[in-house]
Amino acid sequence: MPKRRVIPGFGLSMGFTISYLSLIILIPLAALFLKAARLGASQWWQILTSERIIAAAKLTFGASAAAATVSTVLGLLVTWVLVRYRFPGRRLLDAMVDLPFALPTAVAGITLTQIYAPHGWVGQYISQAALWIQATYAPTGWWGEVIQDWADKGAAYSPLGVFIALTFIGFPFVVRTLQPVMEDFSSEYEEAAATLGAGRWTVFRRVILPMFIPALITGFTLAFARAIGEYGSVIFISGNLPMKTEILPLLVVAQLEQFKYEAAAVIAAGMLIVSFTLLFLINLLQRRLNWQNN
Amino acid sequence: MSYRPVTTESAPVRLFLIACAVLVLALFLLLPLAAVFAEAFRKGWEVFLASLHEEAALSAIKLTLIAAGVSVPLNTLFGVSAAWLVTKFRFKGRSLLVSLIDLPFAVSPVIAGLVWVMLFGAKGWFPQSAMADAFAPAAHLAASLAEYQGFGWLFSDLAVWLADPKIIFALPGIVIATTFVTFPFVARELIPLMETQGSDQEEAAVTLGARGWHVFFRVTLPNIKWGLLYGVLLCNARAMGEFGAVSVVSGHIRGETNTLPLHVEVLYNEYQFSAAFACATLLAFLALVTLSLKTAVEYFSGHDASGKH
Repeated sequence: MPKRRVIPGFGLSMGFTISYLSLIILIPLAALFLKAARLGASQWWQILTSERIIAAAKLTFGASAAAATVSTVLGLLVTWVLVRYRFPGRRLLDAMVDLPFALPTAVAGITLTQIYAPHGWVGQYISQAALWIQATYAPTGWWGEVIQDWADKGAAYSPLGVFIALTFIGFPFVVRTLQPVMEDFSSEYEEAAATLGAGRWTVFRRVILPMFIPALITGFTLAFARAIGEYGSVIFISGNLPMKTEILPLLVVAQLEQFKYEAAAVIAAGMLIVSFTLLFLINLLQRRLNWQNN
Repeated sequence: MSYRPVTTESAPVRLFLIACAVLVLALFLLLPLAAVFAEAFRKGWEVFLASLHEEAALSAIKLTLIAAGVSVPLNTLFGVSAAWLVTKFRFKGRSLLVSLIDLPFAVSPVIAGLVWVMLFGAKGWFPQSAMADAFAPAAHLAASLAEYQGFGWLFSDLAVWLADPKIIFALPGIVIATTFVTFPFVARELIPLMETQGSDQEEAAVTLGARGWHVFFRVTLPNIKWGLLYGVLLCNARAMGEFGAVSVVSGHIRGETNTLPLHVEVLYNEYQFSAAFACATLLAFLALVTLSLKTAVEYFSGHDASGKH
């Protein structure tokens, strides 16, 4: 005889949860994949390997990886300071970390553009620095073009701008993933290592850091996954030059505006496959760690 | 020789690290926030107020409030129901369900808008023309109901919409796109919280004779109220600030289908920077309020409410 459930509401919550999930998430996503599947494999290949898409994919994945890496380093520093040290204003800083979560992406986009534009608060110094490098070293080739870009446009309207926006967006993911792990970290291991004669730097590198690696990887992946799909904060600062500063989500919108629904669906499906794989890998990693800890 | 603790760094190193962290946060987070307000007030109060009083701005604010007003309660209901389901019961496919709830976090906002175009757009599964045919009897019914007094205002609008059921490039599209994007927020906050609290109290209540909703309202809700409030706050902040998803389905019809973030974009692209930033201050203010309430919730709930997002 099946065990009777003591707590009420199984049928109701199951019914509502599954229907709502299907209506809002599953059926629309299925519609997208079915639309994309209408095109054959050769057309998929043709769309996904077109020059413009490849350029956008390079920028999207490259800038996202770079931004997630920098977010991870900055996130480690900020989390360390927030968790380990006590100083006036700590709680305020802690609350501020969530700003990129709470600030609407369009606002972040126009504001970052304004700051990093050639006459903006930060952009003017980047522009001056680039001019100084030009005057001193006169760089040529690929590097020379980059410097020329910075001199003309500050940090905005270039891949650097995309990178800045994505770092802004991804940074809180690392802090919020690492913070609970660091708070639970007990100092016994550090004490043991110090007793055995290890210096502070050695303790950090050999004892503390390895314990945070899983959380850092999770934070990196979350920041990376978010960066791939990010739209609002990037499209203003990127300048959207075809082949140069277009990101993948923008190309989806561009296809849609030309009523190329299938092509938009194919690019979107490709992006979704990448993000779902990343999400799956994080889940796998976390399950493995839970299993190790128990 | 003075005692030096081995589990922390020397004072100069500590100071250096704190200074670095403060610098990073100030340059990276505070500067943009300051810039929003600086740009908004660059041309003075008059321009600032005028840009907020403009008709297009007011209609954008109204639309944003409607979109959040529909999607946040719906997702709150879902969040509570889903959290109840996956934390109080064990069943096959439970962990799959938890992963599916997280799914929208991995979906680009642009794609969250695109899926609705695939369903309801001109070449979608349910195009406007097909729905108009399907809804024709309902439209007639609503039109005749509108002739009776009392509910006329409700049914006449409904009849007009049913006769020409526009979803994409109209209010319903904006609402469902917002709902998609804000879908997991409440559930995401409640599931870990209710998981750690377990079901002992609910079981005790049932043993003592409590039935149905009583168990939820008298036992569970008081335990999860802070977590619930926090989830609703995050959900609301995202709902009001959503840009990508809404931009795909809205069609950017000024004064009609522009939400506040879209209005900011339109103004910015028209080089009306002061007006754009004036409207952006409203959204930045919303973010600040959300963050302050979040800190307050953490303070009142006595534990750290911040989890993963």
